[in-house]
Amino acid sequence: MSKLYTKDTQAIFWNNNKTAIQRMLDYDYTIGREKPSVAGIVAPTSSNKFEKFFYGADEIMIPLYKSTPEAVKEQPQADVLLNFASFRTAYDVVMEAISIKGQFKSIMVTAEGIPERLARKMNQAARDAGVTVIGPATVGAIAPGAFKIANIGGTIENIINSKLHRTGSCGLVTRSGGLFNELSNIIAINADGIAEGVAIGGDRFVGSVFIDNMLRMESNPDVKYMLLLGEVGGTEEYKVIDAIKSGKIKKPVIAWCIGTIAKHFSSGVQFGHAGASANAERETAEYKNRAMREAGIYVPNSFNDLPATIAEVYTKLKEEGVIGEIEEPQINSIPKVRRPKQFICTISDDRGEEATYAGFPISSVATPDTGKGIGDVISLLWFKKQYPKWATEFIETVIKTVADHGPAVSGAHNAKVTARAGKSVVEALVTGLLTIGPRFGGAIDGAAKYFKYADDNGLTPAEFLAYMKKQGIPIPGIGHRIKSLKNPDLRVTGLMNFAKEYFPSTPLLDYARTVEALTTSKKENLILNVDGTIGILMVDMWRALGYAESEIDEFIESGTLNAFFIVGRSIGFIGHILDEKRLAMPMYRHPMDDILYDVQKAEEI
Amino acid sequence: MAQKAIREYDGKAIFARHWNEYFDGFHYGFKSVLVTSGDELREKAKEHGFEWLTQENLVAKPDMLFGKRGKNDLVLFKVNKPGDVKLEDAAKWIDEKQSHEVTLLSGQTGHLSHFIVEPFTPHTQEQEYYISATTVGEDDVLYMSAEGGMEVEEGWDEKVNEVHIPINMVDANIKKAIKANIPQDIPAKNRNAFASFAMQFFKFYRDMNFAYLEINPIVMLNNGEMAILDLVARLDDTAGFMMRDAWGDIEFPTPFGMEDQSPAEKAIAEADSKSGASLKLTVLNPQGRIWTMVAGGGASVVYADTIADYAGVKDLANYGEYSGGPTTGETKFYAETIFDLMTRYKDPRGKVLIIGGAIANFTDVAKTFTGIIQAFENYADKLKEHNTTIYVRRGGPNYEKGLRDIKEAGDRLGLDIHVYGPETHVTDIVRMALEK
Repeated sequence: MSKLYTKDTQAIFWNNNKTAIQRMLDYDYTIGREKPSVAGIVAPTSSNKFEKFFYGADEIMIPLYKSTPEAVKEQPQADVLLNFASFRTAYDVVMEAISIKGQFKSIMVTAEGIPERLARKMNQAARDAGVTVIGPATVGAIAPGAFKIANIGGTIENIINSKLHRTGSCGLVTRSGGLFNELSNIIAINADGIAEGVAIGGDRFVGSVFIDNMLRMESNPDVKYMLLLGEVGGTEEYKVIDAIKSGKIKKPVIAWCIGTIAKHFSSGVQFGHAGASANAERETAEYKNRAMREAGIYVPNSFNDLPATIAEVYTKLKEEGVIGEIEEPQINSIPKVRRPKQFICTISDDRGEEATYAGFPISSVATPDTGKGIGDVISLLWFKKQYPKWATEFIETVIKTVADHGPAVSGAHNAKVTARAGKSVVEALVTGLLTIGPRFGGAIDGAAKYFKYADDNGLTPAEFLAYMKKQGIPIPGIGHRIKSLKNPDLRVTGLMNFAKEYFPSTPLLDYARTVEALTTSKKENLILNVDGTIGILMVDMWRALGYAESEIDEFIESGTLNAFFIVGRSIGFIGHILDEKRLAMPMYRHPMDDILYDVQKAEEI
Repeated sequence: MAQKAIREYDGKAIFARHWNEYFDGFHYGFKSVLVTSGDELREKAKEHGFEWLTQENLVAKPDMLFGKRGKNDLVLFKVNKPGDVKLEDAAKWIDEKQSHEVTLLSGQTGHLSHFIVEPFTPHTQEQEYYISATTVGEDDVLYMSAEGGMEVEEGWDEKVNEVHIPINMVDANIKKAIKANIPQDIPAKNRNAFASFAMQFFKFYRDMNFAYLEINPIVMLNNGEMAILDLVARLDDTAGFMMRDAWGDIEFPTPFGMEDQSPAEKAIAEADSKSGASLKLTVLNPQGRIWTMVAGGGASVVYADTIADYAGVKDLANYGEYSGGPTTGETKFYAETIFDLMTRYKDPRGKVLIIGGAIANFTDVAKTFTGIIQAFENYADKLKEHNTTIYVRRGGPNYEKGLRDIKEAGDRLGLDIHVYGPETHVTDIVRMALEK
């Protein structure tokens, strides 16, 4: 890996840190990335499915996931993990991410104060797995013009001022995050910006150290020279010196170790980061600066002289032709005022020439010559997919099958009573619809839910019956008032025959039939009824269409199956209402002799 | 700082709490008390479980994070001959040692306040061993020697065997490595027992998140009885959140001889502990001429470096930093604390105040500067009285407003203020302020 990130790099962001993610997306928009740099967010405690962010003036939705494995399953292209977990959980997050073999090329850890032993374990595990860890205790890294982690670089204004929006020539490594920004600015003023930059982090044990990052920069053709900002404490700078001596690093290096002040104080004063404490003379800033100078590194006399050194090296490389002119790219500017949208619509759009259903102009699905039916419209508006013919025809079959079941069922009865009270079509229809639920029409949902549960868990029909008995619920979708195996419900037969002929396979129906064989052996009329058949075949349809089990469960949970019944039965209800209107039937009053009156005088308590 | 020293007593208490879990085949009595006066010791002796204080001969020594107590003549183990110290002798000795200031051979001076008292353990030189563990570079290192006591430090290279243990080494291999490195001088009959103890010691050190753990000497008595005569320990305090139960009620005392924090430093430390932001302050020289109020851990160091380069370290009054997005109120408090400290002593050359900082990643500069401006309002007269020159340099979110506001406030209050932004090199205000 010669470059840490490219313009296609996408990350999983662990923790829904909205400000930091928005900064990344603002950066993406500014530099004109095609895809947002954050592919998904892991938010273990959120029940939301996405978070809205601005992308320029528009908004986009970034999916939320409960866990890292779930996120990478949906976003396998995301090979960077930005771990914004607290110091308590950051270790576990890293270890889990490493255990997903081959997924992450780099992991950034922002938490400060991870227990040292855990940090060491985590860094070692990452090294063994070939994963570059940036941090802990870091603001991150940036590949200007390609990818930026969270808050590094600060505001968009500062990013542009510091030329962090496009590739420069310097490879920058620092410990400190605050000084990283500062150095980017210094390099922008005195040279042409940076090609890649990493703040390795301030804790004593960090994953990738100066040398790891500098060796990668050595092989990155965009990097023409490097700048290392070290600190008092530790011996990491000596590895860089060794690499220069052995010729592994050939590009010019500028370096400075901060913390020369520390020599004046014997002990007790902690200057800067946890890692910044010299245990031996070799670890002092002065000693390291001298050693680096002796190794041929450009070392200024003080931090205050660093800009001049940068200018000197840059000018030299430019004169030598190593560094050329950089063409300043177009910048997309972010509008000053942005308003978040109150509503989201993902199914239809009426903004263009012609309104569309999931991207299809209405005229392209409406007339008979389009070959599309109401099943196609449902598949577009309900599922945002173009279902194949057999599926749309099945949907239509269901709607036709459930359209009406006579005036006596409670929904139709309600609608009729309301219509006779002189109410409008919509009012009467709504009273009918309001009866739809667990007892009326709800068997479709229930059958799908319980039969799927039994099938998913490999219950035998006998076990399934025992399970339902324990739940204290009669099996939804089983049983009919008069129909039996010998006297079958022809609506059921019709649905089953259709499925047999056109469905690629019907595993859940096949299972349900084995259950039916058992229930009918107990009682004749315990057959798979029309509600049960519809619910079960809907599951089979979605399975055949390639939906994941979790998605099907979600359809069931959200009441999608009921929706088919609602649409279908509305046709019947409206029929009954219009019937009442036509007949001009008077107000209905229930006969008193049909009511059992048993009223006791209320006792005083 | 992640590594913090603990008292010998607390270290032994951790051993005692987990002894049976870790040290199979060995026994440790944990007869030890920590007291702050002779009376406290006398009272302790009346408690159930501490009868040994009156029944046995004792050893007393300060427990205040410094070593070489023997060489400093701060171990009471004899009145007339070794092992004849009684409770009353120890109590009187403690009171005497507390009555005056003590200067150690290392030059540290201070008052003794905490003492550890234990039974005198008769033993031979042969029964004394040395064992310690710490982290060196990326690895843990276990040090073992057949010689304990003061001798081990003289001739360290010849007497001590080292075992380097990488973080991912499995227990079976650690065991092998320890076994292969048991000091040759340990008598054959004790080698297995010592190897077994060393392995368990290492596991204990590792699992308890010690950063440093040294027993010198550890005494192997008969029948697996162990005496921990002297112990030095540092814990990795970042592990505190998961070690609360394992460590028990642990204290991280200020090292002996380190001047106690001033009230101002204490107040800042307290504000720091209550805030999500970081507020740090160390007064280096209360009469110093140059005071700093710098944002950011890295930037604060380069400012200190640069001031030392230009003016020498004597004039640098303080070191500290504020970062991580402190509130306006927190910044005001921090600024007022510094303004108060810097206007206590006159300097004929006048005072210099450096309000510095790099380009912030996410701290709102205008918001934090509002806190500094509020502090200016309260301290403008005092600052003028001390002829203070103020240099400001900062960048980051909302910096234009922040710089404009502070310049306006400074001018309005008649302060000698010079304000610079990210176009000026971060530490160049130090040069401007001091090069005159």
